This record gives sequence, C-alpha cells and structure tokens, in this order.
Amino acid sequence: MKVLTHITLPAQLASLERLIGLVSSCASHGGFNQTRVKEIELATEEALVNIIKYAYQDKDGDIEVTCSLDKEGFTITIVDSGIPFNVLSVGDPDISADVSERNIGGLGIFLMKKLMDDIQYRRAGGKNILTLIAWIKPEKPAL
Amino acid sequence: MKIQTMKERNCLVVTVVGRMDATTAPNYEKKLIELIAEGEKNFVIDFNGLEYISSSGLRSIHVTAKAIKAAGGKIALANIRNVIKEIFDISGFGTIFQINDSVESALSKIG
Repeated sequence: MKVLTHITLPAQLASLERLIGLVSSCASHGGFNQTRVKEIELATEEALVNIIKYAYQDKDGDIEVTCSLDKEGFTITIVDSGIPFNVLSVGDPDISADVSERNIGGLGIFLMKKLMDDIQYRRAGGKNILTLIAWIKPEKPAL
Repeated sequence: MKIQTMKERNCLVVTVVGRMDATTAPNYEKKLIELIAEGEKNFVIDFNGLEYISSSGLRSIHVTAKAIKAAGGKIALANIRNVIKEIFDISGFGTIFQINDSVESALSKIG
C-alpha cells in the first residue's frame, strides 16, 4: 500500500479546507472520476466535522489524516485522540419525515456510510481510528 | 461560495455558486435570514452553479426553509444536478422540497 499523504492539523474548522483539498487531490491521483472525488470529499468532510465539533469537547486537539492507495482501493485513515466515538454505532436518521419536523442530526454520518464502500472503526491507544475506503472498480467491459 | 440575489415578480431569486460545506454554509444561512428579516417572503434558490454540498449545506437549506415557512413565505429550488442531486436523493431532500428544472419553472410554481 502506497501512502500518498500524511498530515496532522489542529481539530478546527480552519483546517477543513486544507484537509479536504489534500484528500481530494489524492483521490484524483487515484484515478476516480470527478463525481466520485466529490463523494469521497463529502464522506471525509462529514468525518472531520464530527471530530472538530465533538471529539475534544472544547479542548484543543489534533486530527491526523493519511491517504493511501493500493490496486484495490483508496483508503483515508482519520485519527483523533478525543472521546471514544464509533460512527458505525450511530443509527440512521428518518429521511422520510417532513422538512418542518425532521431532525437533521445524524445525516452527515448517514451520507458518509452511503457514499463509501467500506468504513472501519477501532479504538486503540486512546485514539479513534476511522478508515474510509473507496474501491477502485474495474471499468465495465464494452458490449 | 458566492450568493447573488435578483427580484423576479414577487419572488427573490437567490443564486448560489461554489461549495456549500461546513465553512461556507453558515454564510448562506446568515444571508437568507437577513433577507427574511428585510421582509422577503418567497424564494427561488438557483443551484445551477453549486459544485458541492455536504450535510452542513443541507442543514442550512433546511433551517432557512423552516424560517421562510414560519414567516409565511414559500421556497422552491431550481437546477439541482449531478452529484448535488445524488446527495439530495440519498438524504431524502429530493422528496421534501419543490425541485424544478429551471428558475422559470420554480417561479411559476410559487409566484
């Protein structure tokens, strides 16, 4: 597996643009089309914003992002040292509810789950380690 | 993200260009809340130039739609395409909002 980028920045909204930009250029480098790159950006943003808003509970902390590529897929590993939080344990929101009624919380995690091909979470060494994976799908053979 | 407004009949057409993400969506929300406070009632939001949206963008559309309705106004969205359309569909926003193929068609629905 080839590491394309590895960066650590403060867990602040001001870091978002740079982190997303890096992930985006790595995904483009991985050969994904523009739509898929935006889906990957979105899933990454949702994971990062979640950490920025909730992981450190008003204390300072960092986010570590690593992008890597092998022949099967593109992997984004996001690490924080905040409170334990497993995104996979969050239930899906009610997307059928009326706009005036619906509670929009949980939508970001829902989108992230829908858009990535695989998501893994583990807690190790006092850190949350979230892995987002987009498979590199072979082109469909022409008919 | 850039926001432009233009009065058409009894509606305000709001054109959004660029990205609606966690850093820019609050600007959209702030701008629309200001417009509502200034007395604007009916809104057509033109997303033809929108390149990217995350849940923060969806949240700000949701919050402002509620504020428009609470003020007795109407909202219609126009030109939701490509990846933006996909995100709307996945999140259920595609069914809870008036979505139109053009600003003209949106204006005819709520004007």
